[in-house]
Amino acid sequence: MSVNKDDVRRIATLARIAEPADRLDALTGELNGILDWVEQLNEVDVDGVEPMTSAAPMKLPMRTDEISDGGKREAVLKNAPRSDDGFFVVPKSVE
Amino acid sequence: MTKFSDLTLHDVLAGLEAKDFSAVELAEATVSAAEAAQGDLNCFTVIDGERAKAMAESSDARRARGEAKLLDGVPIAMKDLFAVQGVETTASSNILKGFKPEYESTVSGNLWNEGAVFFGKTSMDEFAMGSSNETAATGPVINPWRAQGSTEKLVPGGSSGGSAAALAAGISYGATGTDTGGSIRQPAAFTGLVGAKPTYGRCSRWGVVAFASSLDHPGPFGKTVKDTALLTQVMSGHDPKDSTSYPGEVPNWVKAVGKSVKGMKIGVPKEYRMDGMPGEIDKLWTKGVEWLREAGAEIVDISLPMTKYALPAYYIIAPAEASSNLARYDGMRYGVRVEGDDLTDTYEKTRSAGFGNEVQRRILMGTYVLSAGYYDAYYVKALKVRRKIFEDFNLAFEKVDAILTPTTPSAAFGIGSKADADPIEMYLNDIFTVTANIAGVPAISVPAGLDASGLPLGLQVIAPALDEAAMFTVAGAIEEAAGFTAKPEKWWG
Repeated sequence: MSVNKDDVRRIATLARIAEPADRLDALTGELNGILDWVEQLNEVDVDGVEPMTSAAPMKLPMRTDEISDGGKREAVLKNAPRSDDGFFVVPKSVE
Repeated sequence: MTKFSDLTLHDVLAGLEAKDFSAVELAEATVSAAEAAQGDLNCFTVIDGERAKAMAESSDARRARGEAKLLDGVPIAMKDLFAVQGVETTASSNILKGFKPEYESTVSGNLWNEGAVFFGKTSMDEFAMGSSNETAATGPVINPWRAQGSTEKLVPGGSSGGSAAALAAGISYGATGTDTGGSIRQPAAFTGLVGAKPTYGRCSRWGVVAFASSLDHPGPFGKTVKDTALLTQVMSGHDPKDSTSYPGEVPNWVKAVGKSVKGMKIGVPKEYRMDGMPGEIDKLWTKGVEWLREAGAEIVDISLPMTKYALPAYYIIAPAEASSNLARYDGMRYGVRVEGDDLTDTYEKTRSAGFGNEVQRRILMGTYVLSAGYYDAYYVKALKVRRKIFEDFNLAFEKVDAILTPTTPSAAFGIGSKADADPIEMYLNDIFTVTANIAGVPAISVPAGLDASGLPLGLQVIAPALDEAAMFTVAGAIEEAAGFTAKPEKWWG
């Protein structure tokens, strides 16, 4: 499989990265290089193999559903690019 | 008195205990050395003399009261991926410029709880994506090592290149790193240091900027195996804030160093003998095998047939996880925002300006392999191959106690020397290290010799999950046999 420039534009949109217009050719070539290279995985017979989603064979721990932390509004807002009166200020998202 | 820069972590602890010097004197010398070297090596993103002094004063007071802890008074360099409360933490990315976390990472907290002294944060490849430390927003880090008779600037390896350079230059006595595909072991090999990645889950990931969560392993750099064992011990431990944190006890790994390897079975995997591998690497590996045999270990030829598929599988899994993890950088709650015409435009402009080229490439790759129509062909396939690699190791560890391989396919290379190469050439740096991340097993790089141009090379020991003790024992035996004492000749400020 390979990608063309339109695919790269579409992926960039999905990833919320502005169209890399000046690097579109280079990026398309690089991504195709990587895709070609990972093709070798098709040589591996993975019939009946369970996908491995965690690095250690462990069960995720359960905990009681109770509040253990909080009340830190000032700390939470401290690194906000814009905030006002205890709120994050963000561009309008609902018309 | 010996120069501070020549001391190991254990030397420093002994010196503090014997009152040869105080923690404050040591901290001041460390900060001066860091400031003097920064112009030439560019290995720090933050140098914080004030905090170093305050922490060292508390340490001296504790020691005077007879309450000194395991690392009391020892300056430790922190990779810029670890959140340190109130100190700029950027993952060497423009998108986090100015970000000062209001919390402390568990691993750094563990170090401070044992008395370690913070003095600075070290540069890294942006978001830990790289093998040369050339993708840092603050520019490349320079390796203190240079080839004999040459002034060419070399890379320190990556992604934890700043930590490696700082420790190799004698500025620090231990340093932290993170290893997702080799980011501790490869720079350790390039700078003549020991670098370890314990079993997945030993060191908490809480407060560590995420790259690929199922592959990210925090770990230390040390000047010796014993230093590295102590640091790993302090950094490890169960953390309820990381759901993948291992709940068992942390053994005393310092005691494992210096134990005999007599009767241990050491596996030598034939698949790590790659085509085109420099003869020097092969020779060093053979030497390592001989050292362990002479020390009484039994050498066993083993096969890890899936080895060659580890790197391609990694370059699907790691970008996939990264594209998901890095979705949080949207310019809304923290980090940099570039205002656009509307919300989507703001997202796109922010991420496009904030992320560097390599990070964008990996986000795009990860988005593609997770997108509808390609998910099964790439992502699920890679996860199945991952299990096959994991099973390779399980089978091998039924027969052997540890595995010996080279750490890297080459010594340190020149800054910019791979700029025109395609990305895969840089990726190949991790060919011997990435398998241990895929399988989650502990692995360490030990400096074992110099190449013909006088640059350090490392050997890697891989052990079964949770058997760091075996890893440190074998690493200690290699260290002793190699007698590696070479240091870079000082040319920096």
